[in-house]
Amino acid sequence: MTLTTADRPTPAGITTSAGGNALAGTATLIRFILRRDRIRLPVWLAALTLTTVSTAASFPDLYPTEVERQARAALFDSPAGIAMSGPGFGLDNYTYGSMLAQEIVGFVAILAGLMSVLLLVRHTRTEEETGRAELVRAGVVGRHAHLAAAVIVVGSANLVLGALHAVLLPSMGLESINWTGSLALGASIAGAGLVFTGIAAVTVQVTEYSRAASGLAGAAIGVAYALRAAGDIGDNVLSWLSPIGWSQQTRSYVDERWWVLLLPLVATVLLVATGFVLSTRRDVGSGLRQSRPGPAQASPRLTTPLGFALRLHRGALLWWCVGMGLFGLVYGSIISDVEQFVADNQVLQDAMADVGGATLIDSFLAMVVSILATVSTIFGILAIQRMRSEETSGRAEPLLSTALSRARWAGSHLVVALGGGAAVMLAAGLGLAITAGFALDDAAVAGDILGAALAYVPALWISVGLAIAIFGLIPRAIGLAWAVLVYALVLSMLGGLLQFPEWMNNLSPFEHVPALPAEEFTITPIVVLTAITAGLIWIGVAAFQRRDLTTN
Amino acid sequence: MTPAIDVKGLVKTFGPVRALDGLDLSVATGEVHGFLGPNGAGKSTTIRVLLGLLRADSGRASVLGGDPWHDAVELHRRLAYVPGDVNLWPNLTGGEAIDLLGRLRGGLDPRRRADLLERFALDPTKKGRTYSKGNRQKVALVAGLASDVELLVLDEPTSGLDPLMEAVFTECISEFMADGRTVLLSSHILAEVEKLCDRVSIIRAGRVVESGTLDDLRHLTRTSVTAVTEQPPTGLADVAGVHDVSLDGNRVEFEVDTDHMDAAIRELSQLGVRSLISHPPTLEELFLRHYGDEIQPGDANDGAKVEQAGGQA
Repeated sequence: MTLTTADRPTPAGITTSAGGNALAGTATLIRFILRRDRIRLPVWLAALTLTTVSTAASFPDLYPTEVERQARAALFDSPAGIAMSGPGFGLDNYTYGSMLAQEIVGFVAILAGLMSVLLLVRHTRTEEETGRAELVRAGVVGRHAHLAAAVIVVGSANLVLGALHAVLLPSMGLESINWTGSLALGASIAGAGLVFTGIAAVTVQVTEYSRAASGLAGAAIGVAYALRAAGDIGDNVLSWLSPIGWSQQTRSYVDERWWVLLLPLVATVLLVATGFVLSTRRDVGSGLRQSRPGPAQASPRLTTPLGFALRLHRGALLWWCVGMGLFGLVYGSIISDVEQFVADNQVLQDAMADVGGATLIDSFLAMVVSILATVSTIFGILAIQRMRSEETSGRAEPLLSTALSRARWAGSHLVVALGGGAAVMLAAGLGLAITAGFALDDAAVAGDILGAALAYVPALWISVGLAIAIFGLIPRAIGLAWAVLVYALVLSMLGGLLQFPEWMNNLSPFEHVPALPAEEFTITPIVVLTAITAGLIWIGVAAFQRRDLTTN
Repeated sequence: MTPAIDVKGLVKTFGPVRALDGLDLSVATGEVHGFLGPNGAGKSTTIRVLLGLLRADSGRASVLGGDPWHDAVELHRRLAYVPGDVNLWPNLTGGEAIDLLGRLRGGLDPRRRADLLERFALDPTKKGRTYSKGNRQKVALVAGLASDVELLVLDEPTSGLDPLMEAVFTECISEFMADGRTVLLSSHILAEVEKLCDRVSIIRAGRVVESGTLDDLRHLTRTSVTAVTEQPPTGLADVAGVHDVSLDGNRVEFEVDTDHMDAAIRELSQLGVRSLISHPPTLEELFLRHYGDEIQPGDANDGAKVEQAGGQA
């Protein structure tokens, strides 16, 4: 299929024109991407900018004096606080600027990474997977034009995001939020976004499937977050391996270290270049791995509804368990640093002695388990979204015109979503339990952690229930299934800083789970959450049995 | 005997679009019924209603004596469906997909499966993504034809197949029919319907506009005649029931209503016939008669359209 012109020795003089050919059509494709994302892109940029700006705007009301600010800073004398937010620069003079740098930068960097990954995959691998890229490539479009256009658009989006931060924040006229610090902050956020753009540019070459490409790049965001948490609590080395860590190490508003910004820049260039090189080693539509022949006949297990659903989700489930298990292992390995941290801190020990009850280790573990639970929730939602895409792609249609009832079809996917969600959560808990158990030399802790992980399972099931209810009632709006998780994330990242009222906390299912091992176990929330999930599932399946099947 | 498929006044709307607008369809047990219409006429929507994948807004439908919505699972054991646009699971091989669909229906005959794989020259070990469109279609065809069912519902089943494979398909349908089973074959390929079908329903804009055996439908249409005569056949245009006369010296082409055939031939024979070709209209021509108003100006059959419009006035 491919023309072999590339094999012909090229005279040095026309090298530039050959390079130009590989990029032919890039400008058109850029305009095309901007046209397709004329709503999506501004919404992302506005939402991310608003997150920072509105948080900053609320500071004067919430933290009017130095006393309140320093009280807030005291939170980051704890390992849990540091693991959650940032390395804690400028805590001794906790200005509004330092607050932004400590508590917002990491969060917005994650979101910028998410935006970059989703957009880049959407305009590269998704286009190839659906076969649309083939149609476009048949025109006067160079080999590298698709990737180049996507990288340029997504990269520019990150630069615009940085610029918006750099300009809007100081314009608010808040004390200590100056132009210099804001420029550093904007640049550091853009830097993180750029690195994840580069990572996605590589992952889209590796796999044939857009879902897997997003998953790999998304896992990189998770790894980056875990690395900086581990590094910030421990000896700092790991933080320097993380793009999110880099954005915090820029020390915006405290004492800006501009040279740190070189790291994301260099990393982005290297990653994007890798992406381009890899893309020349594969055919349009395929990944780097060629697919091999498989069995000519189905095993008896595959041809049961549940066996088939398991087969569809098997790869994702496996990777999620491995990834979350590693996530848990990393967090557990910080435990000895946490102990060291507490031992070094006399004030903290005194405070703990006064309070009694939960140890700092326990509350750190409880916080880690809640983070693991929030991330594990993603699997269940993705599983139900997968079910929806089975329907829209027309693959469910031939199955449902066999003797397979809709309830059994949905049920088999639900079993995988619920059981798989629990398995992912347990894998994460197991990872944490192993390293924490060894570090603390206490097998009982391992048991406590697994119990804590189990207790969160009904809370993450709520999102599965919501997803299936939406799937049944308003299938087009399946994206709304993320609402509970996004809300819980915002709450855990910003709720404390913005001092959300109690009722807002109560809206998140995760807030109702007893924070084991720091708190006592209570059965009521577990039962209630499970009952709500069951109700949502009943509604979803019943509605699905009554509605039309839709295909694209 | 109850008809295999019996539909009365089926209506299905998607928002403002009325996809089915009072559709009637009857398919007798033991026949191959052609379901013919242009793209977007409502063929696939009808089939999806018959499979219980869509719920009709109003009207009555019965498949193998049952209600397609309420008795879906029971009915699906007795029928097989081949969609026109087959989308396979990327990480399953074609063989696995065939077995999955077959066993979920209640099992398939392994001998027939092997036989069909061979006849369609399909490699069952390839993964879903690596199949071409035609090969994906073959996967669905093998899964459908290898199962032991009373009714086969085929939605443009040969799209993407090469002529050789189309011939294999025709052969397979004939074998399938040998056991007195029923086929509903939706298509816009007229030759295929002509070759296979006992009866045909023509659907347009959500309604069946005509239904009957091919002979019934031919009865409603004109016959095409090409003749060469000794004297120039100038008077032919005045004969009642003769249309679209085109003269080229002593050669004439025209169409004639079936009940005026006799008069036209009489007229010709007075002129001294040297050669005469007459052929029944192909389904292509039947089709054009029903959808003639959709043909763009400048088309070769434009004259027919004008003629028809004049006839109606």
